[in-house]
Amino acid sequence: MGELIRLESIVKSYDGNIVLDGINLSVSENEFVTLLGPSGCGKTTTLRLIGGFEKPDEGRIFFDGKEINNVPANQRPVNTVFQNYALFPHMNVGENIAFGLRIKNKTDQYIKDKIEYVLKLVNLKGFETRSIHQLSGGQQQRIAMARAIVNEPRVLLLDEPLGALDLKLRQEMEYELVRLKKELGITFIYVTHDQEEALTMSDKVVVMNEGRIQQEGTPEQIYNEPENAFVADFIGDSNILPGKMIRDYLVMINGIEFPCIDGSEQGFKPRQKVDVVIRPEDIEIKPYGKGLFNGTIISKLFIGMHYEMLVESEDGKIEWLLQNYDQHEVGEKIGMYVKPENIQIMHKPRSEDEEALELDI
Amino acid sequence: MIYKRRYASPFIIWIIAGTVIPLASIAYYGFTDRTGSFTFANILAMFQPDHFQALGLSLLLSIISTLICLVLAFPMAMILKDSKFGKQGFMIFVIILPMWMNFLLRTMAWQVLLERQGVINSIITSIGLPRQELMNTPGAIVLGMVYDFLPFMILPIYNTVSKIDKHIIEAAYDLGATKRQTFTDVIIPMTVPGIVSGITMVFIPALTTFVISNMLGGGKVNLIGNIIEQEFTVNSNWYLGSGLSLVMMVFIIISMLLLQKFDKTGGENLI
Repeated sequence: MGELIRLESIVKSYDGNIVLDGINLSVSENEFVTLLGPSGCGKTTTLRLIGGFEKPDEGRIFFDGKEINNVPANQRPVNTVFQNYALFPHMNVGENIAFGLRIKNKTDQYIKDKIEYVLKLVNLKGFETRSIHQLSGGQQQRIAMARAIVNEPRVLLLDEPLGALDLKLRQEMEYELVRLKKELGITFIYVTHDQEEALTMSDKVVVMNEGRIQQEGTPEQIYNEPENAFVADFIGDSNILPGKMIRDYLVMINGIEFPCIDGSEQGFKPRQKVDVVIRPEDIEIKPYGKGLFNGTIISKLFIGMHYEMLVESEDGKIEWLLQNYDQHEVGEKIGMYVKPENIQIMHKPRSEDEEALELDI
Repeated sequence: MIYKRRYASPFIIWIIAGTVIPLASIAYYGFTDRTGSFTFANILAMFQPDHFQALGLSLLLSIISTLICLVLAFPMAMILKDSKFGKQGFMIFVIILPMWMNFLLRTMAWQVLLERQGVINSIITSIGLPRQELMNTPGAIVLGMVYDFLPFMILPIYNTVSKIDKHIIEAAYDLGATKRQTFTDVIIPMTVPGIVSGITMVFIPALTTFVISNMLGGGKVNLIGNIIEQEFTVNSNWYLGSGLSLVMMVFIIISMLLLQKFDKTGGENLI
């Protein structure tokens, strides 16, 4: 898979507010890349830069090895599925889909066949003459997809396309999108604030916050090995705790020593302060005194598949979030254990002073 | 539901007193002669040469004015839409401002400007050009119509243009359309309702005006509005005046219907 799109140190600001602060990103051919982050993190702006609706203040955008900074949106081989679908209300379904093809002066027969083909692809066969106003949200969504992919773009940009749909429909559409992607064999760049969507569909997830890329990797990497507290906090539920390295493969959290699998090879020196992430489902419940540490259950919630519990440490300083299939009662004293490979150690975000100090050396 | 109807009663009284009774009396006068017997003569009088000519001139001038308003208003509405929020409010204020002044005064102001000894002529002569006859020409009337009715074209168009989601315009670019194609294939069709109501609000008052033609035409240019007015005032011939008014009303209803039809199907046909 060759590189298709590359962003090089992109900076973008609106009215003096920096929205993107040095974005470097590479997207391979046929990849499903998701830009994930809270609102205002710059993910949509990044997508709009690739689509050609915005120009970067600094930095360069490459498509297939050629710089496209000054190529306008209507000449880029990409198509966009907009958040609110942006269908043309004065045209019916068929005319909406045909818009891009008519601009390119395709023959009527070609257009007719293509409309039929994409409508079949999005499971809306026979909708050609329907009015846009007769369609449900989910159907409009599919037509917006059809209108974009009928032009055979090399990259499809999707800006929170499932945001306005209800949960059930959203989950259905997630499968649909993955299927479409496979059938079309093109690159998808997908923007969302929904971590579940990102983890379910993507080949690569790019977590963004405050105009910077926090981490990029496969969904598994992002989930299991978050690089910093922001990523760990944003992706799934987690316990993020301050800790200190004792020596290689041993970290101390709240006075208790935990065997782990990180050490100097990963750049953690003894006595270094770190952040530790432990996923709630990775904390195993043992009989009291039989685990690594003990605590008292202070609350319990049943959430469908499992129970979610808050457990207070014995010194009362820390609350652990646990998820477990077995039911335990509030007030019960339990022991807890975490496998070394489930303890994720992260560097503390460095303060500017420390950074300056290191530069001096 | 009954109390809702009760609230409507003042409006119903208003409609009866202000619309139904006057219309009925115009219809009565229109179809009778001085002796009170039924006749079509007042209606057919529209086809007398001087009346017909006046109608033709009215149609011509009001169509020209409407087109000029449309051509001026569209870019104006687009500029308004694209300008920043605070500036937008100010510009709309500037457009509406003249409407706060009395219509007659505004038209009178043009008299001062266009007169033989008026402001424009003194500028023209001061740079050594011959004095122009500006007043009492069809051109002066068109100018007055455009000046008086332009805001009524800008506002409805601006209203519909500003409601177009910017993502829809971006979607058109995204699908490969040039700026021009986006304008003709997306923006204009989506603005049809605004254009239609703008045309209605300019064309109809322009077609029936007699004040503008009186003041800027000086009685030398006769429009159908002037003829009807004169029948009511100078000639005291309410019968003929009503007959001609009825024909005008039919004219206006037909043009409204045509415009409405265009509004509904226009979007699809334009593509």
